[in-house]
Amino acid sequence: MSSLSTKHLLGIKDITADDINLILNTAENFKEVINRPIKKVPSLREITIANLFFENSTRTKLSFELAEKRLSADVINFSSSTSSVKKGETLIDTVNNILAMKVDMVVMRHPNPGAALFLSKHVNSKIINAGDGAHEHPTQALLDAFSIREKLGNLKKKKIAIVGDILHSRVALSNIFCLQKLGAEVMVCGPTTLMPKYISSLGVKVEHNLKKALEWCDVANMLRIQLERQDIKYFPSLREYTMLFGLNKELLDSLSKKIVVMHPGPINRGVEITSDVADSDQSIILEQVENGVAVRMAVLFLLAGRV
Amino acid sequence: MKPRIILDSKHFEITVTRLCYQLIEVHNDFSQTVIVGLQPRGIFLAKRIQKKLTEILKLPAKKEIMCGSLDITFFRDDFRQKELVPSSTEMDFDIENKNVVLIDDVLYTGRTIRAGLDAMLAFGRPKDVELLVLIDRRLSRHLPIQAKYVGKTIDSIASEKVKVEWKESEGADKVTLMNY
Repeated sequence: MSSLSTKHLLGIKDITADDINLILNTAENFKEVINRPIKKVPSLREITIANLFFENSTRTKLSFELAEKRLSADVINFSSSTSSVKKGETLIDTVNNILAMKVDMVVMRHPNPGAALFLSKHVNSKIINAGDGAHEHPTQALLDAFSIREKLGNLKKKKIAIVGDILHSRVALSNIFCLQKLGAEVMVCGPTTLMPKYISSLGVKVEHNLKKALEWCDVANMLRIQLERQDIKYFPSLREYTMLFGLNKELLDSLSKKIVVMHPGPINRGVEITSDVADSDQSIILEQVENGVAVRMAVLFLLAGRV
Repeated sequence: MKPRIILDSKHFEITVTRLCYQLIEVHNDFSQTVIVGLQPRGIFLAKRIQKKLTEILKLPAKKEIMCGSLDITFFRDDFRQKELVPSSTEMDFDIENKNVVLIDDVLYTGRTIRAGLDAMLAFGRPKDVELLVLIDRRLSRHLPIQAKYVGKTIDSIASEKVKVEWKESEGADKVTLMNY
């Protein structure tokens, strides 16, 4: 197989295991490219890409922008805080105005779940979802899968624990879909208040004891507590959360095997993960960031083939 | 028309050996030369030539000739016109100021070589670059590109296809001209 089954990347739920494998295999080629002395290839030189960020982002935005530039695409950036959205323009109008300037692809992050799907139905362009509310964040899931595959060889029958604020996390949802499609077993772990009500219907194990979850898994993906999305109090205090669900070196060293520690960033050091764990040799947090560029290059390259 | 065999396994061997001696005439002991096979099919010839040169020159393992494989997918000019699957690139050396011998199995329109020249420049500025091919389909070039070392030159038309088979992948060394 040499092309994707989809015209947009809206979420992992809509794509097949073959699509995921194609993206990960292509990302391997791009990882080699970005480690060359000259890191740029001319593949997308006739393509213009708009990065629309209606919500704050550092890593994802930089990573997409770098991926686009390494592929020689022309890039325009847009962030809602400095735009006419504040004057009352609708999303479709904003995007259609940008597309009128002859833009071929749109990378969008938006606080509302389903924004990318909505846009794909109403505008004539390729849409890549860079995070829509608490729904999906497909490129993060792909780079997490890529990083695990790189570390452990493959994902079949591997055990992955996702720990933390599952309720507000788009990373968790996309990761669950992606890891399951690649044959891994997934467990979610966190306080009952931060666990979606029907999470077990996705076929994941649910655990409320961090130690047990860590003993079970090969890889632990530690999520950030998304205070900005929490409109009510879900746990008494951050300090209590850290005591029950924070990963520290003592806990990590007490496990019977060496697990791999991941974090999608940004890290709240000392909350979900302590500094000595984040910087330890079991952590692949910075590899995840490097792989993010390669995976996003692969996604852009494969979708641009269908512009 | 029946498929026509252009090189059978005996002549295949003779041709590759001759190409090696032609390379030795120019490059001596290969200390300043690297050979680069173009993915996906040029690497078979590059590896074969590396092995043969090592035998002829009786090079010790330490002084092995540097041989890389280069994928050109991201540098092609027909991306988005057809579906392309990239292969791996393995260039574990710097080509700065080296003599580079680019190797492919068949030279046809010249577009692959054009992309190969671009792709190669990501690894440094070579002193000079030469092209070696097993089969040169002259009369069908789209770009002003010629090979310095040629295994065999053939006249063919666009509806014909040259098929190069290798012991390593297909079980026998053979070049066939097919009709479609």
